[in-house]
Amino acid sequence: MRSPKSPVLTIDGLIKDVGPLPTLDGKMLRVVSDVSLVAGRGEVTALLGANGAGKTTTIECAQGLQKRTGGTISLLGSDPGTAGAELRARVGVMLQDGGLPPSARPIPLLRHIAGMYRNPRPLDELVQRLGIDSFSRTNVRRLSGGQKQRLALAAALIGNPEVLFLDEPSAGLDPQSRQLVFELISELRDSGMGIILTTHLMDDAQRLADYVYIIDAGRNVAEGTVAQLLQHNMPETPHRDHVRTLHFEALPGLDFTGVLAAEIQIRETRSGSYTATGALTPADLAALTAWWAHHGIMPGSLSMEARSLEDVFLDISGREIR
Amino acid sequence: MTTATGSAPAPLLRRILLQGKYEAATMLRNGEQLILAVVLPLLALIGLTVTPLLDGMGDSRVNIAVPGILALCAMSTAFTGQGIATGFDRRYGVLRFLSTTPLGRAGLIAGKILAVLAVLVIQLVIVAAVAFPLGWRPDPLGVLPGLCLLVLGAAAFTALGLLVAGTVRPEATLAITNLLWILLGALGGIVIPMQRLPELAQNTVHLLPSGSLGEGLRDAFLHGAVNGNAVLVLLMWTVLAGAAAIRWFKWN
Repeated sequence: MRSPKSPVLTIDGLIKDVGPLPTLDGKMLRVVSDVSLVAGRGEVTALLGANGAGKTTTIECAQGLQKRTGGTISLLGSDPGTAGAELRARVGVMLQDGGLPPSARPIPLLRHIAGMYRNPRPLDELVQRLGIDSFSRTNVRRLSGGQKQRLALAAALIGNPEVLFLDEPSAGLDPQSRQLVFELISELRDSGMGIILTTHLMDDAQRLADYVYIIDAGRNVAEGTVAQLLQHNMPETPHRDHVRTLHFEALPGLDFTGVLAAEIQIRETRSGSYTATGALTPADLAALTAWWAHHGIMPGSLSMEARSLEDVFLDISGREIR
Repeated sequence: MTTATGSAPAPLLRRILLQGKYEAATMLRNGEQLILAVVLPLLALIGLTVTPLLDGMGDSRVNIAVPGILALCAMSTAFTGQGIATGFDRRYGVLRFLSTTPLGRAGLIAGKILAVLAVLVIQLVIVAAVAFPLGWRPDPLGVLPGLCLLVLGAAAFTALGLLVAGTVRPEATLAITNLLWILLGALGGIVIPMQRLPELAQNTVHLLPSGSLGEGLRDAFLHGAVNGNAVLVLLMWTVLAGAAAIRWFKWN
């Protein structure tokens, strides 16, 4: 685990059992078996994982919403399981399902929540910034998914928190709202807020996160900056930052043994569809095209891209659907 | 955006008062809640004063009816109204979100109790305003004990309402609390005094929160008497339902 200059949240060896469940003959189910992480001030820390990996349970334990079974959690130096209003005032929470009363109107609701804090953020500024003024007279139940999400973000920020938890922040956001929310998150990070978000969208993590923890089946499986994770499990070569994924389509059943550098294999993922991932060099590309020329092969399609976080994630957690 | 530093909670009392005000306003803006809290009890009051249902019980119809109507008001607001509101707040994650703010879980419950009391005061004023012209004359000695018992009854019903709302789905809460409102209101010793119920029912009804609140309020407002049994039974229900709610209430 890394050690940021100014940690706001430290989770060590978190365990969470739920149940007893009738579907398991009354036994407990361990949804988080070993998660550890550190999140720093002025950083966006992302918990990345498939649905059901234990991300939400982890941050709900950190928010004090769920009681942990084992491990330790320190949020701004206190145990969120026992802390009181002083700690809650310093922490903003945006839940996955919003948590907004359907019959409420946005402005009175935000004003009500602001009243719970001694020095809330100016309401007008937030309302304007998140574009809430355009639907300020509409009941929560009539808002679109993106409008609800922006209102929930405003509700999490109204108390002027030092730490912000965002559970799947881009769920239901249209592209414009997403842009708006992402810009705001970056700005808040730059202003010194410690932001912890969960997401199953690799693109969110890639765009927003300073540091990523990949969670799978209730435990950490990998961590690092996005740049570090993109090199995950890649051999130490001078070309490590040239990690690319190459796709092309050609005749089925071709044998590319020995064409590229030894550590890069070309796999036939479907009949006639080939993929190679690794630290490709210009020499590798030259060798491949020369091989095609020599054998008179013209690929039906050809593309190359930088290895994405999604590729890393699938390599780590497996490609099969669970 | 401005820099995030030095966030602090508003004082505890202010948080609870704010939540109480917000919840009371939400209840009073909700049409179904208003029907349950005001319209139906007033209809019952008028029904009991224009029909001979309560004749021959040693006092005027309205004097016998009003204590039961007040008990019905307490059950409407504290049990059915607050139960349904809390059940749906739980479904929509409102309870979880508010418990992450400085309000917290304890503040949220305190706010709910406050909202019940505020709505109960409004119901009391409306019922009194209708009942006095109809000839309601409560025993002056019974007013203070009666009001105290009404608050205790509201506490017992709030605890029961939260117990139901916190343990079953909101649709089930809706069904259970509405059904019990009708059953307990009619047959549980609330509007129809115990001696008018079948003999079998009389033995059990005085152990119910409905029967003890109804009988206790009638003893207070009709005779200026404190019904010790009713106080004990209501206390027991408050403690048991409160403890069960604390033990089994699911926040999500």
